[in-house]
Amino acid sequence: MDVAKNKYSIIVPTYNERLNIALIVYLIFKHLRDVDFEIIVVDDGSPDGTQEVVKQLQNLYGEDRILLRPRAKKLGLGTAYIHGLKHASGNFVVIMDADLSHHPKYLPNFIKKQLETGASIVTGTRYVTGGGVHGWNLMRKLTSRGANVLAQTLLWPGVSDLTGSFRLYKKSVLEDVISCCVSKGYVFQMEMIVRASRKGYHIEEVPITFVDRVFGSSKLGGSEIVEYLKGLVYLMITT
Amino acid sequence: MLFTSFYSPASHWTPELVFIANPVKHVLKLLSLLVVISALWIGLLQASIIPQSHTWLLPIYFIVSLGCYGLFMVGVGLMRFPTCPQEALLLQQDIAEAKDFLKQKGVDVGSN
Repeated sequence: MDVAKNKYSIIVPTYNERLNIALIVYLIFKHLRDVDFEIIVVDDGSPDGTQEVVKQLQNLYGEDRILLRPRAKKLGLGTAYIHGLKHASGNFVVIMDADLSHHPKYLPNFIKKQLETGASIVTGTRYVTGGGVHGWNLMRKLTSRGANVLAQTLLWPGVSDLTGSFRLYKKSVLEDVISCCVSKGYVFQMEMIVRASRKGYHIEEVPITFVDRVFGSSKLGGSEIVEYLKGLVYLMITT
Repeated sequence: MLFTSFYSPASHWTPELVFIANPVKHVLKLLSLLVVISALWIGLLQASIIPQSHTWLLPIYFIVSLGCYGLFMVGVGLMRFPTCPQEALLLQQDIAEAKDFLKQKGVDVGSN
């Protein structure tokens, strides 16, 4: 593949990330010199002025490099990706979180891995050597590990990190996979990668580090666990 | 998407295309594995190579070992869970660097 002709569209869904979006944009530009890319910010009507900050960033970096494609209100992650995809002009699409738990310094690794292997999807994994998580207490690590072992046993997914959302897709592959996914939240991320695996797409992994910025988060209550189990059963039956 | 193709005029559907477009659902793969294991177990019961009293208990042994294996994998994974405390520090440095640069260039970096 001719390296000079690849363009990477980085979709960043945001909600109330007025500081983080500026930091992320700076870091992306810092780590992706000599790469043709654009950043597509899909903001769901943040009340904290995120869009104003994005406009300032556009003045600084150019409106052709930073696309602001907002929506009226919080509409969910899956639809944010679909919305961003419509405006993506690259042949590759990167999805990542806006809260700096995903560090742009890994972007060159994703790109390099894809060029080396010709993979359709390169997914970041926190659970292998070279990767890691910071900011999780023992309970959180236990539930994460338990959930992962259960998912590996039941689904044979072919990837080590199912719920991760730091990924590089060939644009056509993302369009294909996203059209069949119906789940919400992190089960959506699982569904995407499992469906891609079932369809036979070539998937590679790169280690990433994940710094959890949401301290003391109660993201894993009983209802989350039930949602997760329901998600697993759904994926077993439909993929 | 798959269903519309399935019910459309079948003139272009070769057997190979049908196979690729309608892969086996994962739960069916697991069930067929279970059927094979059950068939082996029933075969053992009938053949009486092992005393029947033991053979009847085999499914329980199997489930218990599966559970133990799962717990073992969770434990090992937990012990070897990769952490990266230095990353938090590096991130703080990156944030400071970014804030400096952006403030100079007129981007509002007041906190949320």
